[in-house]
Amino acid sequence: MRQVAIYGKGGIGKSTTTQNTVSALAEMGKKVTIVGCDPKADSTRLILHSKAQTTVMDLARERGSVEDLELHEVLVEGYAGIRCAESGGPEPGVGCAGRGVITAINFLEENGAYTADTDYVFYDVLGDVVCGGFAMPIRENKAQEIYIVTSGEMMAMYAANNIAKGILKYATTGSVRLGGLICNSRKVDKEYELIEELAKRLNTRMIHFLPRDNEVQRAELRKMTVIEYNPKHPQADEYRSLAQKIDQNTNMTIPTPMNMDELEELLMAYGIMEE
Amino acid sequence: MSNYELTKQAVEEVLSLYPDKARKNRETHITVKDEECSSCALKSNVKSVPGVMTARGCAYAGSKGVVWGPVKDMIHLSHGPVGCGYYSWSTRRNLAEGTVGVDNFVPFQFTSDFQENDIVYGGDKKLERRLREIAQLFPAAKGISIQSECPVGLIGDDIESVARRLNKELELPIIPVRCEGFRGISQSLGHHIANDSIRDHVLGKVQREEIGPYDIGLIGDYNIGGDAWATKMLLQEIGLKVQNIWTGDSTLEMLQTGNQVTLNLIHCYRSINYIVRHMEETYGVPWMEVNFFGPAKIKESLIKIAERFDQTIQDKVQQVLDKYEPLMNKVIETYRPRLEGKKVMLYVGGLRPRHLIGAYEDLGMEVIGTGYEFAHGDDYERTFDQVDTGTVIYDDLTAVELEKLVERLHPDLVGSGIKEKYVMEKMGLPFRQMHSWDYSGPYHGYEGFPIFARDMDMAVNSPTWKLVQNPWHR
Repeated sequence: MRQVAIYGKGGIGKSTTTQNTVSALAEMGKKVTIVGCDPKADSTRLILHSKAQTTVMDLARERGSVEDLELHEVLVEGYAGIRCAESGGPEPGVGCAGRGVITAINFLEENGAYTADTDYVFYDVLGDVVCGGFAMPIRENKAQEIYIVTSGEMMAMYAANNIAKGILKYATTGSVRLGGLICNSRKVDKEYELIEELAKRLNTRMIHFLPRDNEVQRAELRKMTVIEYNPKHPQADEYRSLAQKIDQNTNMTIPTPMNMDELEELLMAYGIMEE
Repeated sequence: MSNYELTKQAVEEVLSLYPDKARKNRETHITVKDEECSSCALKSNVKSVPGVMTARGCAYAGSKGVVWGPVKDMIHLSHGPVGCGYYSWSTRRNLAEGTVGVDNFVPFQFTSDFQENDIVYGGDKKLERRLREIAQLFPAAKGISIQSECPVGLIGDDIESVARRLNKELELPIIPVRCEGFRGISQSLGHHIANDSIRDHVLGKVQREEIGPYDIGLIGDYNIGGDAWATKMLLQEIGLKVQNIWTGDSTLEMLQTGNQVTLNLIHCYRSINYIVRHMEETYGVPWMEVNFFGPAKIKESLIKIAERFDQTIQDKVQQVLDKYEPLMNKVIETYRPRLEGKKVMLYVGGLRPRHLIGAYEDLGMEVIGTGYEFAHGDDYERTFDQVDTGTVIYDDLTAVELEKLVERLHPDLVGSGIKEKYVMEKMGLPFRQMHSWDYSGPYHGYEGFPIFARDMDMAVNSPTWKLVQNPWHR
């Protein structure tokens, strides 16, 4: 079983990319579980065709404690047999969402959510690793490989570099490694070259460059992945290609994050910052 | 070798147990008073060395345990997981009079009992429910204080807005106190936070009809073993009217009207000087420090107090001195021969490391070492002139330091807390708990001194100690 965590700046398309890629993996016959680690609980909407899934924490709250839950109540199957769980958590500005992620993941593990026939567990994690709770998936015995979703935009790259710092911290104390950068294109100038270079600096590679295509949004509106909504569309093949690359990926590295000056230099070199 | 040199050597031996880095830190916290007092300075109120066994508490302990806890007609809610509340339940012997559950809630313990869900989703809703339950179950309670435990601060609960809302809804004073245990480096910050919450939410909220010329406040007496009652009796006997006690056996009203007195007498300076200074600056209430341990210091304090008042009080002070001094001399005649020349080491909290010295001296005993868990520079300034040359003064003493110092300095009595008691007794040493007076008290005032003398004699001269041997005598 491979445990994979997807990180990246908020709004960069982590959930969309994860669900499409996981659908492609399922198409290949893989048994996959998605664990949404975001109180918004929208990491499995395209697989389940609805958002109204019962989350681990919300049900625990209703029942009194997490011990009162049964696994089947919070782990449900969707498109192509993909199993989905959402950690859930408080509305913004209240409580401790990070603790919710920790509790939810422990619950799933302890109650045998990761069965022997599982090939992949994907953790789809909230944008910024703001506290220890959101680093839970990359700690010891959880995800061993991380993919960072980014684009050629400055702040997305800045976030990617920050996430690399977090991985570095846990890489030295555990077995977590960086599997690569996924460029979810925003049609920035020289984006391909820029992310290739960023990947090189971070001691990894750009595993795939996803072009921008509105078919993704059309599928999303219907609460579906492109793979399910329009399997013949070229964009579906892009996700299949990414899934293939992840499935065959053996290039796991300890990242070498940059400081702010180096990052800005990189942007200047590729002509984004003018001066 | 002189006393000074012997003690200096003992300190050196203790410090040599440490690795260099820890030693460098710890040596700035221990000093031996020399002839010219050139050594009268030490570092205090800083973080403890990681890895040592410190005796310090946390901000929650300082607020809930010390300052707020004794206010008897209020309910003090330990807000957070159950442990902090449970383990601080009735741990301090702050006695209170009244009908339990009606106008005295001191024997009770209230907790909001956080569960995992309260951490994840925030505890404000639970707090609201608890406040309503309290008001419903104990309608006679005059107010509620919310004593924050660590998680409340970590998850950013907005207890202030809950308190404001429920204050209106329940028409009851509700005081949010942000005394999360991780704040600061000892219980000392908890005292300060508690003082500030009294200033912001309580002080001056109720107006008394008129302030009499002899109305005073007794501040920083927590009524351990009935101390505040003994002090109050004494102050009444010299003609003063003790309007407020802070906070031993006190009421919410005493806090509300604390500013409406002519003078504040302050006993435990460390835990409550902040609000006393505030009352001076804002309401012009003067304050003075007093010491009611042992006849010598009581006399000194009474004379000092009399100077602030008119002839009536001065005459009464003289009458009181004339009445009690012969009685106290009898106590001294009884116990002094049994205790003369005995050496004492103290390690306590807010005021006792310096305030008790006089009482021991009344009995002919000598304090050879003293120090505080959480004092600041101004406490040590007030300590050096109370001790003789060769006395060792220590700050945030660690378990190993106390043990080793005792082994080398051979005191006849150690006065400290529950954590130290059994270690010392197993070493074959007479010991008294000087936070709680063990199960005894009061020690304050003329009522307290005979009890103090008896207890010290009972410890030092107990036949038990003839049956066990000090390790250094073996």
